[in-house]
Parts: sequence; C-alpha cells; structure tokens
Amino acid sequence: MISVKGITKKYGSKTVVDDVSIDIEKGKITSLIGPNGAGKSTVISMITRLLDKNSGEVLLEGDNIFTQPHGELAKKITILKQANHLELKITVRELISFGRFPYSKGRLTDEDEQIIDEAISYMGLKEFEERYIDELSGGQRQRAYIAMTIAQDTEYIFLDEPLNNLDMKHSVQIMQILRRLCRDKNKTIIIVIHDINFASCYSDNIVALKDGKIAISGTANEVITKEVLEGIYEMEINIESICGHRICFYFDGVIEGDSTELAANYLIGNA
Amino acid sequence: MIQKLFRIDILIFLLIVLSIISMFVGVSQIHISDIFNLTENQMSILIHSRLPRTVSIIIAGASLAVCGLVMQQLTRNKFVSPTTAGTTEWAQLGILLGLIFFPALSMMGRLFFAVALALLGTMLFMSIITRIKFKDVIFVPLIGMMLGGVVASVSTFLALRADMLQAISGWMHGSFSTLISGKYEILYISIPLFIVVFLYASQFTVAGMGEDFSTNLGMNYKLIVNIGLFLTAAMTAIVVVSVGMLPFLGLIVPNIVSIFRGDHLKGTLTITAITGAIFVMICDILGRVVIAPYEISVGLMIATIGSAIFLILIFRRVKDA
Repeated sequence: MISVKGITKKYGSKTVVDDVSIDIEKGKITSLIGPNGAGKSTVISMITRLLDKNSGEVLLEGDNIFTQPHGELAKKITILKQANHLELKITVRELISFGRFPYSKGRLTDEDEQIIDEAISYMGLKEFEERYIDELSGGQRQRAYIAMTIAQDTEYIFLDEPLNNLDMKHSVQIMQILRRLCRDKNKTIIIVIHDINFASCYSDNIVALKDGKIAISGTANEVITKEVLEGIYEMEINIESICGHRICFYFDGVIEGDSTELAANYLIGNA
Repeated sequence: MIQKLFRIDILIFLLIVLSIISMFVGVSQIHISDIFNLTENQMSILIHSRLPRTVSIIIAGASLAVCGLVMQQLTRNKFVSPTTAGTTEWAQLGILLGLIFFPALSMMGRLFFAVALALLGTMLFMSIITRIKFKDVIFVPLIGMMLGGVVASVSTFLALRADMLQAISGWMHGSFSTLISGKYEILYISIPLFIVVFLYASQFTVAGMGEDFSTNLGMNYKLIVNIGLFLTAAMTAIVVVSVGMLPFLGLIVPNIVSIFRGDHLKGTLTITAITGAIFVMICDILGRVVIAPYEISVGLMIATIGSAIFLILIFRRVKDA
C-alpha cells in the first residue's frame, strides 16, 4: 500500500497542493478527479518522486520513497506522463525495451527480451513493433507507452491523463486494458482523469481534489453523488443509474459564477 | 535504396577503400603498384605523413560526428552540435588563454585548457537552454551560435593584444596537412573516450527522452547529462587542439544517420562514427585533388559541402513539419 501523508507543494507563496493525505489500496483502480488547476498532476508527480515536495511524506509499504535508491524504486513504481517525447525517432520495440532499463541498464538479457515480447503481444502491438512511434495513431501510441510500463513490471502504475486526445473507442480500449491489468496481473493503478463518467464506470476508488486539497476520498459510489460533484465542480450535475453504472449528466445544467451570463448573452447574439 | 546501403559492413568497406586512396593521394607521387618496392623516401612519407593523416581523419571525423549525436540526444534538439553550441569557440579560447599565460605550453597543456573551457562553455549553454521557456528547434542553436560568436570575438581581441592572430587563424580552419608523426598522437586520447560513450549509449538515449522519463526508469538524469557533456567537450577539444575547427560535421552526419536509422544510440553510434570518418575523408581527398599540387583546407571543403547539406536538411524539416 502507498500511504501519502500530508504532502504540500508551494510555488513561491502560492500553495498548489495543501496537506494531501491518501491511502492507495492495492490491486484497485484509483482515479484522481477534480477541476483544472486542482493539483492532480502535481500530486501524482510528488507521489512518484518526479517533483520535490515542501512537506509531508510518501510511504511505500511503510518505507519512505524519497530515501530509497532510484534504481530500486523504478522496479516498484512507474508513472506515465502525458506523452510528448516525439522529438526522437524510436521504434515501438525500442520504447518498450526502455521498460527493462531498471533491471538491465540497457544491456538486455534473454529474459528481458521475453518480457518485452509478452508486453507487446499483451497490448496487441506485434504488427507495429518495428514502426517508429511518431508514425502511430494516438491510441496505438498510448498502448505502446502502457506496454512499456508493463515491461517495467512494477506493482504500482500511475497514469497522468491517459485518455487525453483519444476518441471514445480508444478511451474505452485503454480503460479496459487497465482493468484487465488490475485483474490479471494484480496491478495497482492510479489515474488522473477528467471525464467523470469514465472515472465512475471504471474505478474502484475515487479521490477528488479541489484547490489543492482533498475534497472527498472514497469508493466510486461514495464519490459519484449529486451533492459531492456539484460541490467540487460548481455546476449542476444530475446522476442517473444506467445498466448498473452511475452516469453524470451535466450538459445543460446551470453553471455557477459570472461566466454564465456571458455565455447566455453569446448564445442569443448579444455578445 | 540508400536505406539498404546504410549498413555497417558496406560503410566499413567504403571507409577502407577511401583510406587506401588517402594513403596514395598527395604531392609526392606514390603509386599503389609500388607498394612492394618502395624507396626509403616513399616509405618514410607513407609512415610519417600519409598514415598519420589518414588515422587523424578517421578519429577526428568519427569524434565530432559522435559528439554531435550525443549533444543532440541530450538537448533533444537536432540542430545542436559542437559548432552550433559554441563548444569549438570555447576550446579555441582555452588554447589561446593557455598560450598567453604559459607561452611554452605543450600539446597536453593546451588540451587541458581547451577541455576546461569547452566544458565550461557547454555547461553555460546547457544552463541557458534549460532556463529559457521558448524552446524552438531553431532558437536553441541560434543561442549557441551567438554565444560562440561572442567567445570568438573575445578570442580575436585577446589574440590581437597578445600578437597571436596568426596562431588562432590556424585553429579556425581545420587542416590535416600539418599532422605528421609526433604531432597527431594526441588524437589517440579520443579512443578511450569513444569506448565510454559506447558504454553509456543506452543511458544517453534514455536521457534524450527527458528528465521525468529518465527518473521514472531509475536513472540519475543530471549525472548522465554531465557525463555526456564532459565527453563531448573533451572529444571536441582534442580535435580543435590537433586538427582545428571542422564545422558542421557534428550537425550533418548524425542527422543523415537519424533519417535512415532512427534515434536509438545502440543502433546509430557505430554508423554515425563511421559515416563521420567517411565524410571527412572524402572532403580531405577532394581538397588534396581539386587544385593539386596545392591544397584546399579540409575545414573549407567541409564547410562548403556541409552547408549545402545543412540547407537540404532544413528544407526537409520544414516540409515535414
């Protein structure tokens, strides 16, 4: 289990993450939701030691992650940031091989090659393995990155907005893969996600952030309620139960704040 | 078509053929058929002039091409090289300062000063480009070239004051014609550095994917970048001290290789090194032949052919973008 205890991040005098504590349950999908600027990406960057924190601690199975050797930690935790490494011409297979770096430092053994092959076929990338990543579509590329994290073989996988720029079909495909990883390989997955319906349908636990603080943290059913979500997003959200899923409708609700009048004026041609 | 020809075995074969040609092209006529009955004089020319020259070309060409490749990987910018980051100008300034303070400075002493200043300059360049927010692909090398320009003018000013203008113009235009035995051996220091670059090939590739990416894979990003900068500064300085400036080389060769072979250093390092050697060898042989019995300096030949290729690369990139 990962226990986050009171982490805080300040830029100058501005506190972007304020005393956040989370317990991440093993073998489950945990989603981080919240409005833009709530500090979601900052929180997962700090949990995965990419970003220094001002105070607080992160414990992985009871041990402080900031005092662990980098190389060892890379065998336990991996994070996939929003992908933009397209300056380099790297093939899919080369990218996935990077996942073995914590184990073999670039000199791949037969066992590494075997694990890479498994990751490739698990993600259905066999036919693309010799293609360059910049030649792939968004969905294929995201699958290649996830294959890399599979090859890295860590227990915890963090993903920062994995559905960014993906259409519905590919979003569903990625989420089903993540659920499969949880079930088949007993991975613990933590995702930052904007679409609350995807969060509602695919997560076990949801942590909602607002203004750098935890607004609520609990099971999907505890968080996806009208009162909670309206409080977080400051807009009207209605929740319907469809085929056993809680689905949020928020498309023609009343939006709080002064932008509403402006938008209404624009629609009737007064702007 | 070109892609198929871009293989290690074919390139090595080409390099061997060119090396043999290089051994037999020059002012003193030595024909390849004389190889088994050489006069003492011819023998001496081959061993003390032609052989050092050919070896120097191979090491210098390979060094600068590999330096360019590593620098491009670490800065994640295809237009960064020892020339466009100002590394060569810093190395020149280093030699000059060394000679001003210690007029009787040995080759090794000059090298020490050149490495120190080249490293300082490259670090300065890196700290500038990590600080600027606007990381346009062309803007970054422009900063390097401006920095190089400033350093070069400081060098010129100092040289003017110290009455050493003639000396520095020698390092400005690279030439292999003065590299006879006894003067070129310093280039051999590059060979162990090469080996270290090869050992770190995977690390440099990971570093090229970015700091977060590297940290996530458990790699000490800053350490690897600093190792890379030291290696490139040292290899560049060795070439500047012995041969002089060979412009564009570190820029063109890695870019050509990248087009055909991608950017994973494991697959491209050897090919880049050999292609660099071949490119310089062709330029040097042409320089010896074009206005024989006189010579065009290799720096000028590379600049002429190189700038044409550089323009083609830029247009290609603009078309792709």
